[in-house]
Amino acid sequence: MSFEWPWQYNFPPFFTLQPNVDTRQKQLAAWCSLALSYCRHRKLYTMDVLEAQESPMFNNKKIERKLSVEAIQVVFEELRKKGNLEWMDKNKTRCLIMWRRPEEWGKLIYQWVSKNGMVNSVFTLYELSNGEDTESEEFHGLEEWMLLRALQALQAEGKAEIITMDDGKGVKFF
Amino acid sequence: MDRFMWTNGLLEMNETLVIQQRGVRLYDGDDKAKLDVGVVLLSTHRLIWRDQKNHECCICIPLSQIIFFEEQAAGIGKSAKIVVHLHPAPANKEPGPYQHSKFSYIKLSFKEHGQIEFYRRLTEEMTQRRWENTPVSQPITPAGLKAGRTRAVGIVGIERKLEEKRKETDKNISEAFEDLSKLMEKAKEMVELSRSIANKIKDKQGDITEDETIRFKSYLLSMGIANPVTRETHGSGTHYHMQLAKQLGDMLQAPLEERGGMMALTEVYCLVNRARGMELLSPEDMVNACKLFESLKLPLRLRVFDSGVMVVQLQSHSEEEMIASAIDNVSDKGSLTAEEFAKLLGLSVLLAKERLLLAEKMGHLCRDDSVEGLRFYPNLF
Repeated sequence: MSFEWPWQYNFPPFFTLQPNVDTRQKQLAAWCSLALSYCRHRKLYTMDVLEAQESPMFNNKKIERKLSVEAIQVVFEELRKKGNLEWMDKNKTRCLIMWRRPEEWGKLIYQWVSKNGMVNSVFTLYELSNGEDTESEEFHGLEEWMLLRALQALQAEGKAEIITMDDGKGVKFF
Repeated sequence: MDRFMWTNGLLEMNETLVIQQRGVRLYDGDDKAKLDVGVVLLSTHRLIWRDQKNHECCICIPLSQIIFFEEQAAGIGKSAKIVVHLHPAPANKEPGPYQHSKFSYIKLSFKEHGQIEFYRRLTEEMTQRRWENTPVSQPITPAGLKAGRTRAVGIVGIERKLEEKRKETDKNISEAFEDLSKLMEKAKEMVELSRSIANKIKDKQGDITEDETIRFKSYLLSMGIANPVTRETHGSGTHYHMQLAKQLGDMLQAPLEERGGMMALTEVYCLVNRARGMELLSPEDMVNACKLFESLKLPLRLRVFDSGVMVVQLQSHSEEEMIASAIDNVSDKGSLTAEEFAKLLGLSVLLAKERLLLAEKMGHLCRDDSVEGLRFYPNLF
């Protein structure tokens, strides 16, 4: 399944940060959705700004345009404001990218749990992300830190509790 | 020889010695004079002869009395001579060694040579006629000593000379400024004249055909602004700027219309000062005047673009139209740089860019800033 680029991707001004406030907002919104859908497509969880600049996401070789590092940081900052991104260092060179926010993941997991009538049962984290039962689910293969975040979000809602076990962590849904 | 008169042999104040030659004998006409060999001196004013031994014996004739003179070459046993033809002696001549003479010429016989140089210097003096420019002061008489000029001697003399010089400089300076103020007066008159002509034209509007009036006015205009508003005529500060703004309003209307309703301020500045000719405007005064366009309800506006570029534009020159034309052009071509747009509209690049930026600001265009330069695209976002 190849990634479908939005129309803006072939529009040169898309790669210049627009000075007009309204225009910039629309431009950034387009970039955010592009970045998230690209990461989801490629199942990317972390990104390095400099590497990202060279990746096809921010570099369109066909029209010979690429987004500047500053602009990429602006886009990432925008994503951070929306809760889809977290910086891993102070200098903002690496980031965790969450194409679904922890609450969204939590919701998905909880839906799956309640659909299968497994409320009040205990799971290990490995079971959730790599178990046979979840193979068809979107959260299958989710990285552990992301899964943990999602469960923490559920715990905050009172829908789950994270338990520390001998060989790792488990979770109980309510 | 009767033209000669006794003298003390001293040079007068304005007189300078040119040349002197020893061993000269005087001839009364063709006859040897009853005087011995002496020194002949040529000054700027006189021809002087003095006895070589008896210095008291000294006679002279003013150069003005010489009609002409000629050389007489030397021969065997004969010295070279200069023959000097003279006017008859004036009636009130001072006494001299001869009362009467049948000759109207004398000869200078050069026993010890030097006649060639002497002849040359004499010719020079006779052509320059320096005695005419600086007449010698009257022979010093007891009365003249008291009434005449005081001689500059010692420190007092030097001081007096300095004082004189200072006075002269003073005079020169005040004379020079007098000329300037006269010029100013004349200039004012010229302005008055053109104003009165302008008024007459206004009065006679009925008598003179419209055509002639216009033609005359265009003559006046081509000579410059007939009556420029200056600080002198309109004081300083706001009033001056207000009047100036009104005048700018009048004169800029036509050029602005020619240029599509907008001109960069620098261009306006050049145009205005060219029209004013002498009474040049400072950039500051012009900006201040332009700022008053709006409050004076003139049909012009000073517009400052976000980049700081200032332009003067017609009020009727609508922004919407400007933006619309920018959008149309960009949409037509797909994308445009400021240079391309300027070429399309025949504007300066600066103004073209301002238009594009304005359209961008309004959200109608967006930019592509790449290594190839700044391009503007229709805003598809």
